[in-house]
Amino acid sequence: MNRAGVSLPHSIAAHAALIAYTGIALFPVVVVIINSFKSRAAIFRSPLSPPTAATFDLVGYRTVLEQGDFLLYFQNSLVVTVASLFFILLFGSMAAFALAEYRFRGNTLMGLYLALGIMIPIRLGTVAILQLMVASGLVNTLTALVLVYTAQGLPLCVFILAEFMKQVSDDLKNAGRIDGLSEYRIFFRLVLPLVRPAMATVAVFSMIPIWNDLWFPLILAPSEATKTITLGSQLFIGQYVTNWNAVLAALSLAILPVLILYLIFSRQLIRGITSGAVK
Amino acid sequence: MNGRIGFALLVASSMPGAIGIAAAQDKTLTIESWRNDDLAIWQEKLIPAFEKANPGIKVTFAPSAPTEYNAALNAKLDAGAAGDLITCRPFDASLELFNKGHLADLSSLPGMENFSDVAKSAWQTDDGKATFCVPMASVIHGFIYNADAFQQLGITVPATEEEFFAALEKIKADGTYIPMAMGTKDLWEAATMGYQNIGPNYWKGEEGRLALLKGEQKLTDPQWVEPFATLAKWKDYLGEGFEAQAYPDSQNLFTLGRAAIYPAGSWEISVFNTQAQFKMGAFPPPVKAAGDTCYISDHTDIAIGLNAKSANADAAKTFLTWVASPEFATIYANALPGFFSLSSTPVTMEDPLAQEFVSWRGKCQPTIRSTYQILSRGTPNLENETWVASANVINGTETPEAAAKRLQDGLDSWYKPAK
Amino acid sequence: MATIDEPRTRRPFRWHIAVFLAPAVLVYTAVMILPLFGTLELSLFRSANGTRTFVGLENFRTLFLDPRWSATFWNALWNNTWFFIIHMLVQNPIGIALAALLSSPRLRFSAFYRTAIFIPTILSFVIVGFAWKLILSPLWGVAPNILDLVGLKSLFAPWLGKEEYALTTLSLISVWQFVGIPMMLIYAALLSIPDEVIEAAECDGITGTAQFWKIQLPLILPSIGIISILTFVANFNAFDLIYSAQGALAGPNFSTDILGTFLYRTFFGFQLQIGDPYMGSAIASMMFFIILAGVCLYLFAVQTRLRRYQY
Repeated sequence: MNRAGVSLPHSIAAHAALIAYTGIALFPVVVVIINSFKSRAAIFRSPLSPPTAATFDLVGYRTVLEQGDFLLYFQNSLVVTVASLFFILLFGSMAAFALAEYRFRGNTLMGLYLALGIMIPIRLGTVAILQLMVASGLVNTLTALVLVYTAQGLPLCVFILAEFMKQVSDDLKNAGRIDGLSEYRIFFRLVLPLVRPAMATVAVFSMIPIWNDLWFPLILAPSEATKTITLGSQLFIGQYVTNWNAVLAALSLAILPVLILYLIFSRQLIRGITSGAVK
Repeated sequence: MNGRIGFALLVASSMPGAIGIAAAQDKTLTIESWRNDDLAIWQEKLIPAFEKANPGIKVTFAPSAPTEYNAALNAKLDAGAAGDLITCRPFDASLELFNKGHLADLSSLPGMENFSDVAKSAWQTDDGKATFCVPMASVIHGFIYNADAFQQLGITVPATEEEFFAALEKIKADGTYIPMAMGTKDLWEAATMGYQNIGPNYWKGEEGRLALLKGEQKLTDPQWVEPFATLAKWKDYLGEGFEAQAYPDSQNLFTLGRAAIYPAGSWEISVFNTQAQFKMGAFPPPVKAAGDTCYISDHTDIAIGLNAKSANADAAKTFLTWVASPEFATIYANALPGFFSLSSTPVTMEDPLAQEFVSWRGKCQPTIRSTYQILSRGTPNLENETWVASANVINGTETPEAAAKRLQDGLDSWYKPAK
Repeated sequence: MATIDEPRTRRPFRWHIAVFLAPAVLVYTAVMILPLFGTLELSLFRSANGTRTFVGLENFRTLFLDPRWSATFWNALWNNTWFFIIHMLVQNPIGIALAALLSSPRLRFSAFYRTAIFIPTILSFVIVGFAWKLILSPLWGVAPNILDLVGLKSLFAPWLGKEEYALTTLSLISVWQFVGIPMMLIYAALLSIPDEVIEAAECDGITGTAQFWKIQLPLILPSIGIISILTFVANFNAFDLIYSAQGALAGPNFSTDILGTFLYRTFFGFQLQIGDPYMGSAIASMMFFIILAGVCLYLFAVQTRLRRYQY
């Protein structure tokens, strides 16, 4: 690397800007987390002060652990999210490759068709989806959720990945074809590794609405055995009283798994770039 | 690749489903409800009491978040995936379910005779021929006050409007307490704890409500505009920034002892009992002049019905008959002080605040909220519009007259009273 | 394919295209498109005495010609447009700027910044609503005290409760929450620019800010196109934040009502209002057409003109 050294004032300015924005980004999160360790009265008496000996209270976390099977809810959320992501990325990248790589009649229309899904909130199809799941006996299974989330995540995945795949060098693929690689091998061996950063990005975008979704778990899989963490936390939101200690505790805990998934994907993002296999 | 793991997870994920289906073949009744708040009461008191008396029937209470309840329930009913027992909202929401064939006719259910016609009216067809839910409870409006604060400031409980505003003025002048804990951000607070709370004294309860239904009175008549004018005067006694004060903020403001008076629904009793560290009292909405008849909102709020497609209809009816019994009424009313039984058999309640609220039934004329029956059937929806109007009036962004006129115009656009 | 005689040599049917497309198309069609279009079809019907009758475009006539419906619709559409404008003016520039800063070489703690700034995006709306309501509340004193520290207490207002500020405040909260998305996309795009390109620029003496404007920005234009259209789609489908912060009636006085909340109220009903799937579908169809128009504009007008650089 022979890049010109970054000047010191420049670097300080960059850090100052980033630190300032990080502060803005994290401040409300910190408020939530410190308050999850306080009693209800203390939350509202002085929301900003960190828990002291007098106000430190694990009541929220205790309620969460006592009421319902939160470990199971966590596991359900994780299974649903990971399985859906897997299918979104696999099916989505295949379709995106077909759209980006080949010229065939109806290509643009197919692209538009696959994008229709991001234009209508899937919530509207609830009754028909529920009927479908009742007919196939999938109500109260995690499979039902995985199917819905896969379908819901595909349009965005195809849309973003197709754009990135168009930027993959033709020479590379043609070289592969001359070497006698099948189209499948070209896709899995040559193209996929190159779009890994984009895949990681799509994975991150897709997992958030899945993890945080309340509606489909409520409709399709509300049973005790299939509850997700988001649905489980709703238990504490009542008609007239919300147990904020418990809600904050449950949802603070619920940040952790997504954060870990995010870290895994963002490592992929960097590795995809720096390894630069065929660049 | 993590593909194999993903697939394994997917296969594993379908397992709990299979168990779920097997369990459904038991005689298990599932109750759909919006009352997350009551989960513990059902699990610890009501269900054990029922299961003890009725071996062979198991009951699961499966509440969902109140704001999602209607939408989720409708979707499940349409797709045939709803529970056996359905908690009923009053009036049109449940009537619609009955008309669509989702709720069974319970007119001949044993135990229904324990309820008066008034109690059943919220869950009947317009002609009163069919009843489709077993009434559970009503809620009463009034004001809860911080008794310690009243004593400290030397304020006696106000009976007339003049005394009420004098008390507010005194609390404000003293400055220790915010006179009244109410915000307009959540809209319904302004309408339900404000307009519907004090309104019946102006429109004379049932008399005005029925006249409005018949088209003999209009919302622009003085008795319907005056409550708005009174609400507009509340503005000066609310906390700073009340426009952004949400309902839970009001509750916390009061229970943390920072406000003196709380315009309330009786459901607050059980909440406040556990949260407030001071003595509380309650008074009914003040009347205009001493000696006037007082009117209170004693609103039929919650009932329970039978999913017409339930596979366990017989067991469910056994359960509903039990819900109609005095035994249920006693457990429920005492476990949830502030939700008053609608049963004709009197229920003894332990809670002093609940006793205070229910005592008003003896001296005041009860009515239900004016917008609930029939008048919120069309578009624009009168109840929703009343929320917005009440908040606007208190915020000072709309005059009482303008708000009333807008409501009446909206109502006129679709409602033609039967002559 | 076979029906039209092609003068050139006919290519054999390329099965691999079908194989690549099939799984996505199948799942997507069965679980998403069929249910959704089954619902949109309802916009041509009405319920009369419990039976469904075909009424053609009547529901759309009501939506646009009935003064009550149309006033609500135009109010929601305008609010939604403002919501979108704020995102385009605030969220995307900030996202691009953060990505540019983060991608500068040898920046220390870059992974930390990237993660921290992304955290709001992974929060559920329940938490976001709670945290900001608590912070902005006039009662519990977070925002007033902070403003007081910098001597600006007089600037404080109950923003979420004032008609003139509520929507802008919520838009900014949404920007706060989602700025991570454009940041990540642009970051991925910036990282994919080959080192050779940057090195060549540096040899020509183009560094620092000039390098960003002259070299990197043109190269990431396709990604900026994507984030713009994604922001458009997401904003016109937005619902959860307004719903969890202001409720389904989008107060005060409908000043934060956007198409998503209007649709929810109408379709699913709210409180005493019974859901009307027929009018609801008409609104959903309008949202669909608006978003479709935007996406088509992007696909056919913008995207085809953007020059892509293959690496």
